[in-house]
Order: sequence, then C-alpha cells, then structure tokens
Amino acid sequence: MNKYKKITLDGLIFQNPTLMLVLGTCPTLGLMNSAMSALGMGLTVVVILTLSNIIISLLRKVIPNEVRIPCYIVIIATLVTFARMFLEYYLPDLHDSLGGFLALIVVNCIILGRAEAFANKHNPAEAAVDGIANGLGFTFALTVMGIICEVLGKGSLFGLHLWNFKIGMFASPAGAFIVYGISIAVFVYIIDGFERARRVKANKLARGNLLKEEA
Amino acid sequence: MGTFIAIVLSAVLTNNFITVKTYGICPFLGVSKKTSSAVGMGIAVTLVMVLATLVTYPIYTYAMIPLHIEFLEIIFFIFIIASLVQMLEKIIQKVSPSLYGAMGIYLPLITTNCAVLGVTELVLGDMSSVIGAASMNVGWAVLYALFSGLGFTLVMVIMSGMREKLNCYKLPKAVSGFPVAMVTASFICMAFMVFTYIVI
Repeated sequence: MNKYKKITLDGLIFQNPTLMLVLGTCPTLGLMNSAMSALGMGLTVVVILTLSNIIISLLRKVIPNEVRIPCYIVIIATLVTFARMFLEYYLPDLHDSLGGFLALIVVNCIILGRAEAFANKHNPAEAAVDGIANGLGFTFALTVMGIICEVLGKGSLFGLHLWNFKIGMFASPAGAFIVYGISIAVFVYIIDGFERARRVKANKLARGNLLKEEA
Repeated sequence: MGTFIAIVLSAVLTNNFITVKTYGICPFLGVSKKTSSAVGMGIAVTLVMVLATLVTYPIYTYAMIPLHIEFLEIIFFIFIIASLVQMLEKIIQKVSPSLYGAMGIYLPLITTNCAVLGVTELVLGDMSSVIGAASMNVGWAVLYALFSGLGFTLVMVIMSGMREKLNCYKLPKAVSGFPVAMVTASFICMAFMVFTYIVI
C-alpha cells in the first residue's frame, strides 16, 4: 500500500507535472483565463493519461524498444481523437472553449513523459494510479491558477459574475505568465520549507540518539 | 498584396504564436538560455512548420475530405510531422555536418512542439480574421506557417537576450530558473500587446 501512497504523493505534490517539472505549459498558459475550461482540460487529461498509461503498461512487453516513441504517439493520438469526438458530441461548449488545445493534447509532454518514465516499467495497476495522480496534480494546479486569473482578469468565478473590478492583463497570456511564474516560486518555496523542516527534525533525532548512546 | 501584408502582420505581430496563442512554450522556455541556440531552434522550428503545412494542407484538402476521413487528422498529422522531422535530420546530417552539429540536438524535440501541430490544425480552421475575403489555398497556408515561425524566432531571440542579462544577477533559489523566465516572458507579452492596436 505504501508504494501506491508514494506514487500518489509524487504525482500530486513532490513531482507535480505543472509546478515542479514545468511540463505541458502550452495548454496551461492558454486556458488559464477561464477556470471552467481549465478544469475541463484537466479532467480530459486525467482520462487520457490514465488510459494511455494502462494501455502502454499492458503492451510494455510487446512494443519493441527501438520504435516505442512512435507507438506511444499512435496510442495517445487515437485516445485524443476519441476524446475529441466524445466532447464534440456530448459537451460542445467545452469543446469550443478548449479550441485548438484539444488536438494539442497529443504533444502534451506530461502524457508522453509519464509513458516514457513510468508506464513502460511498471504494472497496469501502478500505471493507472500514476496516471490519475499526475492528471489530478495537473488539474489541481491548472484550476487554482485559472481561478486566480479569472477572478483578477474578468471579475468572475467559473463564469459567475462576482464584481465589476477587473485587471484586463490577467485575462491575457501576459497575466497567465506572471501568475504561473509566481505560483511555481511559491510552491517550490513551500516544498523546500517542508524538506528543510524534515531534515532539521531528522538531525535533531540523530543527535538525540547520539547523546543517549554517549550517556 | 493586401492579403500578403495582412498575413505577415498577423502572424508576426498581432497573433504571435508565443505571446498571443501560447503555442510552443516548451522550447521557448527550455532553449532560450543562449542567443545562438535560440536562433538555431527558431530556424529549425520554422523549417518544420513550413514543410509540415506544405504536406498536410494538400493531403487534408485533396485526400482526406473526399474520402470522408477527416476524423483521422490528428493521427495522420502527427505521423507526417514525426517522419518529416526524422527525414530532415537525416538529410541535414548528410548534406551539412556542421549545421547538423549546431542544430542536431534540437531537431528530435520539434516533433512534440505544439507550434508545428498547432499551425497545421490552425490553417484548416476559420482563417477569415487573417486573410479576409480571399479564399484559403496552399500558398496562403504555407506563407502563414512561414511568418508564424519567424514570429516565434523573433520572440525566442528577444527572450534569450533578456535571459543572458539575467544570468548576471544572483536570485533566491525559489525564484531562479523557470519563475523568473516566466515573469520575463510576461513582460515580452505586455510589450507585444501594443501591436493589438494594428487593425488589418
């Protein structure tokens, strides 16, 4: 069970694809001006990433090592084609708000990166957990930044009007870049603080044991 | 002539791929630490964008629409781009080893560059805001790809110049690297906002 906990925590926090590894930046920056499309994009990526991880993990003994990247791309492109048809038919509003970024999920580094770094070395259950954790890590970061940008840039939240105060810059890529940069800095600072606190605690413990032994 | 000027202004300034559409951010942040590598990457991306559009636009218009297999466009396009990049790598390796040495490491990365797949998808959609009343054809599509690539290169070069200067300063650990690069990029975007006043 501990192994799954570690995979989940890595995907959500310590190896968060958006804030720690800075992968998949194009859709993040492009869809940050609306929290709703950010959430929709995130959940689409969760589904595609989980399915692609499971399929690649099942096929890891079949796919020859030399041609693995083209094989992964075909699998991902097929899943994206299905997702696009599904959204176009059942959720046309979301399909329109995602625009060109829906097709660009194929070249999203997160999906290919997880296939290459994780799914081709682990069993399907672990790959599925990794896919869900990384996808939710991406969704969480994207939605939080989307909320910040939408509140500041449009004065609304998930499309609901809040107040008339708005700073237009935050609804454009310029504001998206600033919010993304500051979010990364704050996140890295907090994680570093945790790591430092853990190290200090471990040192103290070690010193205490040493003193006890000396006594 | 009017359409030509409209495409140039739109692709390079008012609808720049990086500052307005946010396509191709991974190489923009990853390969912009030095001006020489930024220029190399920009030219390589422009070349692939032009070639990819030159191949995919006729295939889509003259083969995929008559056969009613438009839904396969993503799979087809990504395969065409991947094989083009591979082919280009081999050709450059044979024809000019010195260029290959300078460009070689960036070429395989281009397959997963949003800007290339983005431009091939974009020229198939509604382009009336760019070309006006003129009807879309292969020539305009390739021209749009060429100048989008040049706009991408322009922003890459500006960014790399600013990052070379930034290297002279010592920054706190949490801010150095990506965060400061993003804030720099934000300033470039703000500067490019001026061009939205150009009405074509």
